[in-house]
Amino acid sequence: MLTFTLTRLMNMAIVLFIVAVFTFIIIQLPPGDYLTTMMARMAEGGNIDHARLDALRLRFGLDDPWHVQFLSWFTNMLRGDFGWSFEWGQPVSQLVWDRLGMTLALSVSSLALIWLIAIPVGVYSAVRQYSAGDYAAQVLGYIGLATPNFMLALVLMWFSFDVLGFSVGGLFSPEYRDAPWSWGKVLDFLTRIWIPIVVISTAGTAGLIRVMRANMLDELRKPYVETARAKGLSWAQLLPRYPLRLALNPFVSTIGWILPTLISGEAIVSVVLNLPTAGPLLLRALMSQDMYLAGSIIMLLSVLVVIGTVISDVLLAWLDPRIRYD
Amino acid sequence: MTNATHLSGVDAPERSGQKSVEDLSQGQLFRLRFRKHKLAMLGLYFIIGAFLMAGFAEFLAPHDPGKVNATYQYAPPQMPRLMDADGNFHLRPFVYPMERSFDIATGTRTWTFDTDTHLPLTLFGKSDSYDFWGLITWDRHLFGTAEGVWYPLGTDRLGRDTLSRIMHGARVSLTVGMLGVAISLVLGVLIGGVAGYFGGWVDNGVQRLTEVAIAIPSLPLWMALSAALPTWWSPITVYFAITLILSAIGWTGMAREVRGRFLALREEEFVMAARLSNCSQWRIITRHMVPSVYSHIIASASLAIPAMILAETALSFLGIGLRAPVISWGVLMQEAQNIHSVALYPWLLLPGVFVILTVLAFNFVGDGLRDAADPHNHHV
Repeated sequence: MLTFTLTRLMNMAIVLFIVAVFTFIIIQLPPGDYLTTMMARMAEGGNIDHARLDALRLRFGLDDPWHVQFLSWFTNMLRGDFGWSFEWGQPVSQLVWDRLGMTLALSVSSLALIWLIAIPVGVYSAVRQYSAGDYAAQVLGYIGLATPNFMLALVLMWFSFDVLGFSVGGLFSPEYRDAPWSWGKVLDFLTRIWIPIVVISTAGTAGLIRVMRANMLDELRKPYVETARAKGLSWAQLLPRYPLRLALNPFVSTIGWILPTLISGEAIVSVVLNLPTAGPLLLRALMSQDMYLAGSIIMLLSVLVVIGTVISDVLLAWLDPRIRYD
Repeated sequence: MTNATHLSGVDAPERSGQKSVEDLSQGQLFRLRFRKHKLAMLGLYFIIGAFLMAGFAEFLAPHDPGKVNATYQYAPPQMPRLMDADGNFHLRPFVYPMERSFDIATGTRTWTFDTDTHLPLTLFGKSDSYDFWGLITWDRHLFGTAEGVWYPLGTDRLGRDTLSRIMHGARVSLTVGMLGVAISLVLGVLIGGVAGYFGGWVDNGVQRLTEVAIAIPSLPLWMALSAALPTWWSPITVYFAITLILSAIGWTGMAREVRGRFLALREEEFVMAARLSNCSQWRIITRHMVPSVYSHIIASASLAIPAMILAETALSFLGIGLRAPVISWGVLMQEAQNIHSVALYPWLLLPGVFVILTVLAFNFVGDGLRDAADPHNHHV
């Protein structure tokens, strides 16, 4: 178990280093750098302040060869210094933590909702295979997989605007935006936050229902189920005791494979709903070539995913000894 | 001897009529099982229809997709009618002309139907001229109205016909997925096959690479790569760049699939038998291993297409994918970017309905192919 955990952690470190190299290459891809954007803006304003540009260039080592830039970026990151956001004029670390926390909170709540819906529905679909409820679950699952997240967000926004009568952009209504926390504010927050959570979890729920149904069907066909039934156990007694426990592996393994899709889904939904998470910040940073900000966000999102995967791998190995010796 | 004649006597009527299941080749079994899957067949027909629509968009669409009509901005959809306002039945479908009135007090546009005039629908009527596949210049369209204008699914902010734009958008949206999957298929099969067959450090390296590709959340990565595309590139270059970007990540899934299958196959008796009968490595891979995985590969490829279509839609919607003069479903969805356009002009979401239907169809076909490829599935 310890060796397993240690190998996973080692692999994680290697993967994260390669991710860092990739991220750095990606943010270096666009022709020019932020200073080009800045120069264009200055040119519109009439005078180009060459002294300032040169000072910035020197300070951030933008003329250094790329491996020197990468090493200083990477080592600074290990020390918790993510660089400077040109666009916002602030250190990146001040900008990203709140937003990343929001991303994490949204993803984790969506994961909870996915489990809450998908596991009972999946079990039901398997136990009552080919029933009306099973077909309904499968149809909903297919539609959930096929609908683009942003379209679902738009439709729900429209629904809440048209039918429920309030607009849902942002996290708070205007009157609560700067108010201190109170019951009213919490309630206001809850009426808004359900839309992104529902939207982000649809695709994942659809996927997990299928996995759950398939796993459960495999278990139900095994002889021990028949034996237990023959010995007189009712379904209500039998299910939670044996097949459900065995079919519950996806409960843990989802953390690994759904987390990336949740974070991707969160990015686009937040752009549509105007939520203060990492997604819209990344989009804006990419558009203005604010490279340290963009790179840090991609890097930190990947770290979230990798940590999630390792946690799920270790948990899975702990729960199911067969995996440890793979 | 008598036994043999007896056997052939039993076989004879079967050979002349239908072959029994045992006599069918793997490919025939595959097709037979696929045809049994009703949803998959439905999906397949839908996809064929969608590709025909994309191919003959100029002729099928009632209007030129780029034609601006300033007097018909945000006109609502109108379906062909058989019943008129007085409840009389007409054999020939018709539509009513629409008139726009602007309420200055509330600042809203309202559209009214002029129920006194009928615009009968025409088949093969003359309308906007087009260059069909850049070869033939023609001005006939499958359907339309002889006089007046009719927009079956409404118009957008510039008075362009939504239906015609959806039909033309199918070209880009459908081919992005197919082309992207084709590229990632080649990469995935090559890399995954090499990793799975040779194992060892090659396999280890490929494993790490796919782990990296999975670790970076795909949408942020796609966003970063598309944002890196220079804005001065021509629409065609951007289109190919986007497909390359989509397949740059898509191959990893395919590679994992092929690698897993190859690892399992290496241990199978028939591969061992082939090796013992002195087959070359090339022959083992191409004649023995690839045929037993290719149905799985096709199935996972067809499940990867909808993911790419959705990705293109999302990127274009965010404004970092394909850009305006190009028509794709994602670009069309950009029109519906804020809540006010959606609330006032809900028909702008219609391209999204086509996206959903297409993705559903590909998923059905993919599921059908996967079930048909499963050798443990005996529901022939």
